[in-house]
Amino acid sequence: MKPLKIVRSLAVPLIVDNIDTDIIIPSREMKSVSKTGLSDGLFAGWRYTAVGSREINPDFVLNDAKYADAEILLAGDNMGCGSSREHAAWALAEYGFRVVIARSFNPIFRGNCIRNGILPVKLSPEPIAKAEGQITVNLEAMTITSEAGDGWNFELETEAREMLLEGLDPIDLTLKRAADIAAFREADRARRPWIYNLKAG
Amino acid sequence: MGKTAFEKIWDAHRVSEIGDGTDLILIDRILLHERTGGVALKSLHASGRPVNDPAQVFATMDHIVDTLPGRSDNTLMPTGRDFILATREASKEAGISLFDLNDRRQGIVHVISPELGIILPGATLVCPDSHTCSQGALGGLAWGIGSSEAEHALATSTLRVNKPKTMRITIDGELAPGVTAKDLALYIVSEISSSGAVGHMIEYAGSAVTSLDVEARLTLCNMATELGAFSAFIAPDEKVFAYLKGRDYAPKGDDWTAALEQWKTIFTDADASFDKDVTLSGNDVPPMVSWGTSPQQSMPVTDDVPLYSEVSSRDSRDSYDRAIAYMDLEPGEPLRSFSIDAAFIGSCTNSRLSDLRRAADILIGQKVAPHVKAICVPGSTSVKALAEAEGLDKIFLDAGFEWRESGCSMCFFAGGESFGAEERVITSTNRNFESRQGPKTRSHLASPETVAMSAIMGHIADARMLAGKESR
Repeated sequence: MKPLKIVRSLAVPLIVDNIDTDIIIPSREMKSVSKTGLSDGLFAGWRYTAVGSREINPDFVLNDAKYADAEILLAGDNMGCGSSREHAAWALAEYGFRVVIARSFNPIFRGNCIRNGILPVKLSPEPIAKAEGQITVNLEAMTITSEAGDGWNFELETEAREMLLEGLDPIDLTLKRAADIAAFREADRARRPWIYNLKAG
Repeated sequence: MGKTAFEKIWDAHRVSEIGDGTDLILIDRILLHERTGGVALKSLHASGRPVNDPAQVFATMDHIVDTLPGRSDNTLMPTGRDFILATREASKEAGISLFDLNDRRQGIVHVISPELGIILPGATLVCPDSHTCSQGALGGLAWGIGSSEAEHALATSTLRVNKPKTMRITIDGELAPGVTAKDLALYIVSEISSSGAVGHMIEYAGSAVTSLDVEARLTLCNMATELGAFSAFIAPDEKVFAYLKGRDYAPKGDDWTAALEQWKTIFTDADASFDKDVTLSGNDVPPMVSWGTSPQQSMPVTDDVPLYSEVSSRDSRDSYDRAIAYMDLEPGEPLRSFSIDAAFIGSCTNSRLSDLRRAADILIGQKVAPHVKAICVPGSTSVKALAEAEGLDKIFLDAGFEWRESGCSMCFFAGGESFGAEERVITSTNRNFESRQGPKTRSHLASPETVAMSAIMGHIADARMLAGKESR
């Protein structure tokens, strides 16, 4: 995973509440058993004029040419609600988004972002949407600044921050504790044998 | 200070503290389906990591398989076959149990897990599917995760989890006749909003909850994800123990005796406290139908489509206008005046035997309105067989419903079969999102009874019209 330290970009204002993961990537756009090839289907229902079509909907903010290289997305309340599909995070990452700023997040979507190198920032996006020009998200300093000189602080759990900063794989981190896990399971087997005696009958 | 039931289960599964509110939690059961599970298994295999304990992992085919009679690995969804074949191959390589097409145990993951005794009280269970919260109805800690987290659980039998806050939703009183767990679930989300439980583990309590049978509890807990919750839970009781006894993977013999003793300790202590406490009255709950494109946009079936002033405490002006326009509704008009094009009974919310029985009670001797396409999809192959054994299939077919093979089916549009463009659908499912059930479809969430009654009338209808009828 690509480490994330500082992102400087225009921010795409898609400030709508309850953007669900069906909107981020419709089920019909998840065509292969893979984590890639999904960016084309990102926001397909809003980005294109009709289902299955690739004709650009000029009214959709992501289609505004000035946001072609944007790496920051602004959203409203309850961002990423609905289906747990990680394809939503994969599609956003593949499209080029590195930061999502929203008033609040669905917890599964938020976790999926962190595991795929996207920084979820809980913040009121409206003041940022009003800020002209590029904004800078600094994960080391946990700050967001605008060209006009406005600034905001944000919070993130220590481990999530380290994973994003270093581009770490959490499975590797956990496998370092494999001996602890095995010992815990052994003691648990004595306490709750029925959890381990799995025979259909 | 006492502990909540959730804290008891959490503490018993905490392998170690990682810090900052995150713990390494032991996972007892992992469930997968071909939509998101195949990719997790494939990716794990590619990384060269084995599944830590294959005996604790179960996969099923539910999301992509067709539900038309005579189905095969080929699907109406283009490339659907790839998902089925990849999941089958990866399951075999990993040595996990797969409930494949034509297996009597196949079905929607959250229907078959309770049915087979895979979810147990006090157990932790995860699945890369947001409706995993359903299974908290049996007193386990079950929650939805992403595919990468599923890989983590498969490789390590643990997850790194940020401990959620706790929230008790107490429903006092009792539900009126003709009001179901689905109506209660829609009522709760309309009261506390789609983000009302974000970051929280819900415990449902109160007389209107404990009086529900296990299948109705599954319906209630199913929609906790529509509140943004981490998951939901109901303390296990005698109804749950009786439900589980003898199921395929439930404990047997001495294990059963020992398990039962431990399960009886899973309750919230009287002096435990929750981060949030909400109390609602079951007596206030009417039959509910969603009007908008978020489950929080739900209303009593007998009311008029709300004016903005009536919902302004929950919906922004923008989301209200957007939903009214998308759903093609007229504010102030009775919801019951809107004609429907289709009716769907199925999904992990409402496709169990009791759901089908209650819908059949409405449909018996009736006919679906000629302009309505009506479909019933039993939640599992077992539910289908049990329903057929008591003749429910004939009631559905005689009324003009299609009677299908089990699966998630038209709860969502995956590129294959769907309802028609801009069609208005009354549906026993859980999500009324834009284009969820087809291109620009307009989905109204409701109980199986309301769906059945609406199918007969040809417009959204109140099933209590048939009140006085002998009910099961």
